[in-house]
Amino acid sequence: MNHPLLFRTPTGGRVDRSRTLRFTFDGQAYQGYAGDTLASALLAHGVHLMGRSFKYHRPRGLLAAGAEEPNALVAVIRDAARRTPNLRATQVELYDGLIAESQNRWPSLAFDVGAINDFLSPLFPAGFYYKTFMWPRQAWHRVFEPVVRQAAGLGEPPTLPDPDRYAQRYAHCDVLVVGAGPAGLAAALAASAGGGRVVLCDEQPELGGALLDEPASSLGASINGQPASRWLADAVATLSARPNVTLLPRTTCFGYFAHNMLSLNQRLTEHLAAPAPQAPRERLWQVRAREVVLATGAIERPLVFPGNDRPGMLLASAARSLLNRHGVKVGSRVVLVTGCDAAYITALELQAAGVTVVRILDTRPAAAEHVTRAALAAGLMVSANVTVLGTSGRRRVTGLTLARLAATGEVSDRESLACDTVLMSGGYTPTVHLFSQSRGQLRFDAAQQVFVPGVSAEREHSAGACRGTDGLRSTLDEGAAVGAAAAFAAGSRGVLASYTVQALEGSLRGQPGVLPQPGSHPPARAFVDFQNDVTSKDLALAMREGFESVEHIKRYTTNGMATDQGKTSNMNALGFVAKSKAITVPQAGLTTFRMPYTPVTFGSLAGYDRGDLFDPVRPTPSHDWAVAHGVVFEDVGLWKRARYFPRDGEDMHAAVDRECLAVRASVGLFDASTLGKIAVVGPDAATFLNRLYVNNFSTLAVGKCRYGILTREDGFVYDDGVIARLADEHFHVTTTTGGAARVLQMMEDYLQTEWSDLQVWLTSTTEQWAVIAVQGPKAREVLAPLVSGLNLSASELPHMALAHGHLGDIPMLLMRVSFTGELGYEINVPSGHGQRAWEMVWAAGQAYGMTPYGTEAMHVLRAEKGYVIVGQETDGTATPDDAGLSWAIAKSKADFVGKRSLARPTMLATGRKQLVGLRTVDPRLVLEEGAQVAATPNQKVPMRLIGHVTSSYHSAVLGHSIALAMVADGRARIGQTLYVPMPEGEIPVTVTTTVFYDTAGARLHD
Amino acid sequence: MINLASAGLVAAPESRRWVLRGHAVAMAAAGAAFGSPLPTRAGEVAQAASSIADTARAALWLGPDEVWFITPVEDGAALEGALRTALAAVPHALVDISHRQVGLLLQGTDPAWLLNAVCPLDLSLAAFPVNCCTRTLFNKAEIVLWRTGPAAFRLETGRSFSGYVVGLLAEIAREQAA
Repeated sequence: MNHPLLFRTPTGGRVDRSRTLRFTFDGQAYQGYAGDTLASALLAHGVHLMGRSFKYHRPRGLLAAGAEEPNALVAVIRDAARRTPNLRATQVELYDGLIAESQNRWPSLAFDVGAINDFLSPLFPAGFYYKTFMWPRQAWHRVFEPVVRQAAGLGEPPTLPDPDRYAQRYAHCDVLVVGAGPAGLAAALAASAGGGRVVLCDEQPELGGALLDEPASSLGASINGQPASRWLADAVATLSARPNVTLLPRTTCFGYFAHNMLSLNQRLTEHLAAPAPQAPRERLWQVRAREVVLATGAIERPLVFPGNDRPGMLLASAARSLLNRHGVKVGSRVVLVTGCDAAYITALELQAAGVTVVRILDTRPAAAEHVTRAALAAGLMVSANVTVLGTSGRRRVTGLTLARLAATGEVSDRESLACDTVLMSGGYTPTVHLFSQSRGQLRFDAAQQVFVPGVSAEREHSAGACRGTDGLRSTLDEGAAVGAAAAFAAGSRGVLASYTVQALEGSLRGQPGVLPQPGSHPPARAFVDFQNDVTSKDLALAMREGFESVEHIKRYTTNGMATDQGKTSNMNALGFVAKSKAITVPQAGLTTFRMPYTPVTFGSLAGYDRGDLFDPVRPTPSHDWAVAHGVVFEDVGLWKRARYFPRDGEDMHAAVDRECLAVRASVGLFDASTLGKIAVVGPDAATFLNRLYVNNFSTLAVGKCRYGILTREDGFVYDDGVIARLADEHFHVTTTTGGAARVLQMMEDYLQTEWSDLQVWLTSTTEQWAVIAVQGPKAREVLAPLVSGLNLSASELPHMALAHGHLGDIPMLLMRVSFTGELGYEINVPSGHGQRAWEMVWAAGQAYGMTPYGTEAMHVLRAEKGYVIVGQETDGTATPDDAGLSWAIAKSKADFVGKRSLARPTMLATGRKQLVGLRTVDPRLVLEEGAQVAATPNQKVPMRLIGHVTSSYHSAVLGHSIALAMVADGRARIGQTLYVPMPEGEIPVTVTTTVFYDTAGARLHD
Repeated sequence: MINLASAGLVAAPESRRWVLRGHAVAMAAAGAAFGSPLPTRAGEVAQAASSIADTARAALWLGPDEVWFITPVEDGAALEGALRTALAAVPHALVDISHRQVGLLLQGTDPAWLLNAVCPLDLSLAAFPVNCCTRTLFNKAEIVLWRTGPAAFRLETGRSFSGYVVGLLAEIAREQAA
């Protein structure tokens, strides 16, 4: 291996040096320690180059050490199905055998052909795509889009289905604390001390946040007289021991929704070399919290100056974290460019670790006295009031040029420094993403030049650096106070604490924007947004081209629109825009923070909803029987309905023809259990149905059935079904399969809001009853030996009559109804007996050649009789009369839902589409359902179309095709020839009535 | 296929069920027949001795005018007869839903943990105590949940949804085992 661990400190850090882990990056083998991230392990080898930038393919190294990392996006590959792209190397925990690859480069990271874009960058200004790819229009799909996608893509998705399992979970708590840094830990300790339920989540593998970056040496902070690491270990142990506390490391809170519902994504196995095959990979938590404490910290801003993006140029906070957490030195010769006091501490710690700190360049006239004094006392050189004019080095920074810039624009004291690392600190931006998602109003803190939480919209409290609080002691005290207050607000008890801290600290304040440069033009390649390659020049161009609002500037330049959502760039862009326009930052505005805070996998969001459990699969009572008899199912909503039963290699048409002929000739068996059923019970049941349905139900005798039509207030057909009167005050209403839920809801709606005076109640009984349809001329003969307690003769049980009895030993409600036009019965038995009842009827039917049939045959059989299917013949704009059902409307009734609308002039006007039958001249030709109908042939496009085909089948019993259609003034056109224009040519059709078979209806009443 | 026991799950004994809907006067009349006043508070379950030794009937409050009766199948005729007699003169709807539902008994070390994978309710003992019931969601299936003990629930779901509910419970239980 030619990458010795030159940059690992001999001791220290939180990594476990006894556990060496091997890994590869772009095929090259490396090693690291348990506790490393991919980024820290690579840096330990001196590898900074980790990616290519999005637009210009510039070589890029690590910028940050946390979730905000914009450059080091990598793919981690376990196998072809487990290739996770676009991971931040700073958040990839090392495991033995890890395989990672860089992205957005070809053929290799070191030599990337796409880097030509960098030399051509003057050709790619902001808005380049908008300006260039406008025309020719056809070129977009064939040329521009594929090329742009290839050149500018991020990672590649896996090519195989995801084999892993993902869990989900709901949780409730008194206080949810987001972030386990000092503020979050203090808040959780205070909030949970009184016994309230507390959930503490943190995106990192270890709880502690910024405390994990404290050095163990005497340079580090102490809390309550103990080293910070000791206090941290005790705090975590205390919380772990409390049964009312749930600790969730590796868990990112990524969404804040109404009423304190927050979404958390927990990574369960990502860090393991060999996850158990059963173990879920991630878990999506949806937490409902009475109170929320946001302790999400702050993110350091880079400084914006020419050449600020070379590998080896990092945030000061990243260098500190890498040193103290991972025992990794970011380089050998470091220049720190800072506008923030906190970075001085990093310089001191690096120097103590043996790193040469070439110079501290402060962009301000002076830093705070105590940090300056500490730096000078340590022998560090400080140049104040300077700016950076540029840097050198291609795949690694090699030097930096600084200068003083007078207010007149005069440059002086130009000086070049050789270095292998440049650290940047522009101050810290409070992480207000979740607060902003919660619709809280941000407030601009002019002293700190950052947005901080202002007015909360939810029961939410912010604490620590995310609220702009500076200093460890203030942060701990604020965390404790907020945690205790949240516990009290949640109705449990909090326990306040106050802390003593000894530490050398620098303020987090800075000045967002772009470092001043000589000349009137803002510099190119002074990167504001590293992930989307947006420079200060791009922002200036957008303003020059007239974009005023920061929201528009953002979209035009794509600043802040990458997957990092501008965590390191938004404030610098805002600061630059405000300064350029000589307005304040709040006047420049603020873009909106949206979920997710960091990307969330589709697997996590899908959770259990995959494969067999994607949706409930609702089987009917005959399901297992049907499977045993070779059924082909059809999905109808969530139901599995038998579509047809092919025999001996039949295709669907052959099977359907056979099934239809069997019903017409002898007897068929059909599972109608999915029809919706509603028990309408109470003294006012008949009154209620009279007001809803177009029919009259007062006149329906007990023991009889009636076909009912339900319209909405607009008069259009909503549902239909047979309604049976079981008793004076008890109606058994059936609905369409798909309409079951919405009809019940419509009924409840009217009952509760319009007619609460009626004494009637509704109960869904869809699943109480299995419904077995026995249809065909032999139906009576099949059933006769099976039933007891009733007489099946046509005189005793005529069409549309019902009777109670038994099928064998099973209690039965028998309805003589038919959706086939044949003698037919629907046997209703309690659904738990459904399969047994089905098998009894099947056995009895064998002597008659009984044939099971499915929904396809049912559709043909009813179409032969002109029976409509709501939703097929009707489309939400058909009145009962349009569908040929005006006979059902009770003229005598004063009112029903929809009656008034049906009297509107447009509902009565001529020209409405009416249901008719169509016959093709060629009997074998089956029209396309949905095909249009024209009155005259050979029209020019656009044609005048007067209708459309709603149902179309081959009718085996008739020996020709049949179709139903909605045609303007259709009933007046019966006998006419119309034309169905198709790509192959026009098909002439003859308009007929809707009943094709047994027009007299004799078979029904057999 | 699906191992019910691995999910801490057993099918409930065969039961009869009715939905009673009506005004307070109907609830009062039914209470006398049931053997105990019917529950009047949201989510309350009342129980009374059934006609069969060592078994109980339950009445579940599921709405201001909606109570469910659940009883062992052997007590069905006795309970239904008593209810129909008591309610004869009072406007009401008493509808048999014995076969509409399937009952599952959920036991084991932490059945609330299993349920909370996809049930959005707070199922802590403080928020959802023993003999509390509610209509709720189990991911994409509607269920009625009745806590019968600190670590025991009865779950009722539509017959055609039971395969989905059991399958999902088994999937979640595998996670608990992992």
